[in-house]
Amino acid sequence: MEYDPVFFSRTLTGLTLAFHILYATIGVGVPLMIAITQWIGIKKNDEHYILLARRWTRGFVITVAVGVVTGTAIGLQLSLLWPNFMELAGHVISLPLFMETFAFFFEAIFLGIYLYTWDRFENQKKHMLLLIPVAIGASFSAFFITMVNAFMNTPQGFDIVNGALVNVDPIAAMFNPATPTKVAHVLTTAYMTSAFVLASIAAFHLFKGRDHIYHKKALYLMMKVGLIFSIATVIVGDFSGKFLAEYQPEKLAAAEWHFETEEAAPLVLFGWLDDEGEIRGAIEIPYALSILAHGDPTAEVTGLNEFPEEDHPPYIVHYFFDLMVAIGMWLTFISAFYWLAVRRKWKVIKNKVFNFVLVLSGPLSMIAIEMGWFYAEFGRQPWILRGFMRTPEGATSAAYVDTMLWLFAGLYLVLGTASIVVLIRMFKKNPVEKELADHANERGER
Amino acid sequence: MDLAIIGVSVLWLFLFGYIIIASIDFGAGFFSAYSELANTKHVLHHIIQRYLSPLWEVTNVFLVFFFVGMVGFFPSSAYYYGTILLVPISISIILLAIRGSYYAFQTYGAKDSKAYIFLYGVAGLLIPASLSIVLTISEGGFVEIVGDNPKLLYGELFFSPLTWSIVILSVVSVLYISATFLTAYADVAEDFAAREVLRKYALAWSGPTILSAGLIIWQLRQHNYDHFTNIMNIWWVFGLSTIFFVITVYLLWKRKFFSMAFWSLIIQFGLAFFGYGVSHYPYLLYPYLTIYDGFTNDAMAQALIIAFIAGFALLVPSILLLARLFLFNRTYVKGEEKRRY
Repeated sequence: MEYDPVFFSRTLTGLTLAFHILYATIGVGVPLMIAITQWIGIKKNDEHYILLARRWTRGFVITVAVGVVTGTAIGLQLSLLWPNFMELAGHVISLPLFMETFAFFFEAIFLGIYLYTWDRFENQKKHMLLLIPVAIGASFSAFFITMVNAFMNTPQGFDIVNGALVNVDPIAAMFNPATPTKVAHVLTTAYMTSAFVLASIAAFHLFKGRDHIYHKKALYLMMKVGLIFSIATVIVGDFSGKFLAEYQPEKLAAAEWHFETEEAAPLVLFGWLDDEGEIRGAIEIPYALSILAHGDPTAEVTGLNEFPEEDHPPYIVHYFFDLMVAIGMWLTFISAFYWLAVRRKWKVIKNKVFNFVLVLSGPLSMIAIEMGWFYAEFGRQPWILRGFMRTPEGATSAAYVDTMLWLFAGLYLVLGTASIVVLIRMFKKNPVEKELADHANERGER
Repeated sequence: MDLAIIGVSVLWLFLFGYIIIASIDFGAGFFSAYSELANTKHVLHHIIQRYLSPLWEVTNVFLVFFFVGMVGFFPSSAYYYGTILLVPISISIILLAIRGSYYAFQTYGAKDSKAYIFLYGVAGLLIPASLSIVLTISEGGFVEIVGDNPKLLYGELFFSPLTWSIVILSVVSVLYISATFLTAYADVAEDFAAREVLRKYALAWSGPTILSAGLIIWQLRQHNYDHFTNIMNIWWVFGLSTIFFVITVYLLWKRKFFSMAFWSLIIQFGLAFFGYGVSHYPYLLYPYLTIYDGFTNDAMAQALIIAFIAGFALLVPSILLLARLFLFNRTYVKGEEKRRY
């Protein structure tokens, strides 16, 4: 095969993002979970919650480390793999990129202070206050970076006159039409995913038969938080559908395999395309696409056939979109069911199989995050900057991108495995039961 | 003063910050690994860990600032440097990633493995070496424009004596900066055994630092005569820098005012670094790209400068807080307080 830098640049960027987003999502969401838990611990004067916050923080440091180094990698790879794109984009959208660094810096400083000052404060509340800048910094990082991604979807804030960029307005570029829904979607799903990942860990202990009340408290709290953010995600998802229908109709149509423009459009779930391009074996929900796109069951939804074929996103995005939505719906349902079951004291919460189903929530929500980003990125194709620059035009012309792909694949394999091994070892060596017993002893001696 | 100069000065300042802070970090990692393998761990380990622990994440951010700011102020540099630096910078990223994450794995995952520590120490020297390649390339002569696209000439780069002089300077100055800082830090901690060991390291690496710096100037004369002439036009800056170098070594030698020795080192490197930057003007990549043809539009430049000032106003108090808690807090530095994370 002939060396094609565009193909390898796309693959390497995709690989880095797919790996980074796992850690980045945790990095954005978990500080909020730690803050909520520590706050409840202080309010209720319950050492279980305080210990939860402490133990999560220890694990969090490991994921932050991988998030930082892969974030540095993607930051540099943007210029290394997409130099033509960055030259253009740098003129218009570098402001939020720059501010993201400040937000992250702010977060890193206070995280360092928080980590090393658990026992410096007489007043636990003051220590908890340090988490506020951490959580704010983390969320603002996501806010600024998502703006850049939003800009790639709906670029604005500049004019091109005779091939030259003029009338640049950095603020207009930042607050482009895709920004509100995209930022809201990224933040709510990061909180939701982090809550489900932490819930999964607690569910796993219960599944393994460790019956300590500590795990039950953790599971109940995180399921509740997960439920709240799932509902928020559903609402934001609905707005995102309406945004797409108005500003990126081809992206929505590709996700739905909605080829012909029609009124009262149904939502097509899964299925496949046969040789004639007909949809087979799909589940159709009548009117649902019109509702998603315009909030009106009879509204007309633009079909993919209105666009020239060369501008169609790849049809595979249909599966990414459907999987993401299906998982989101499932998690909303299961967390609501669990919450009800606990309140009504249903016996099912003690059931092993049910506990196993809860264990799956964390991995499932991570899959949904991946699917969502695959949809976002593939769905924007063939554009890197929609309407202005096609993806191949943005890519590097350099040699050895293929070699770099293998090097980075090896790096991510090592980092991924090592971070998991370290996390498992860290918590196995110091199980919560032991730590609680140690604390009790310490108090006894006093 | 025009915006391009303000922009490039701000970035140069960040790069200087990165070089100092990262040098301390890289060198500390190397000394820590060295002492582990040479079985003198008990003397140095404690002081180095106390310094590194709360600060490891912060270092990287300075680098990110620099390259994000570079793309912001000089988008064309993303095009030129992005295309030619694929291989060297990818290697740097991989080394940074291994080093950064293994620090966390090892410290928080609490497993002492000699292989990790060795990797960690060596990576700390390879990173500055690989990053310094960028400065070499910026001198010109290693890039050719093929069609419309810049291409890096790997062979010329590898066999150029200039490349290796800059690599040597980057490595030895890392060790020199780090040892001097840690000497002062150990002195504050009143850990005199560690201070003596580190002071010896600092003195040992001072000579190679100044010699390799001189070597580079001499080699620039053959490689890029324009740049050499510019350096000679402001020879007094480099002369002043040398005077501060002598002050640092003298103070270290006499075991006096260790903190002042470190500040004098900062001034020495600051003068040399800004002298180098000024003499490099106006080129970002000799002879293809100057700060003027690579500069962004005025609206973006103003927005970036405003964001920079606002961000700085937020960061400076935070950094001071961090420094007060961990760098200038005698109880912490001495390790007298109970520590549990």
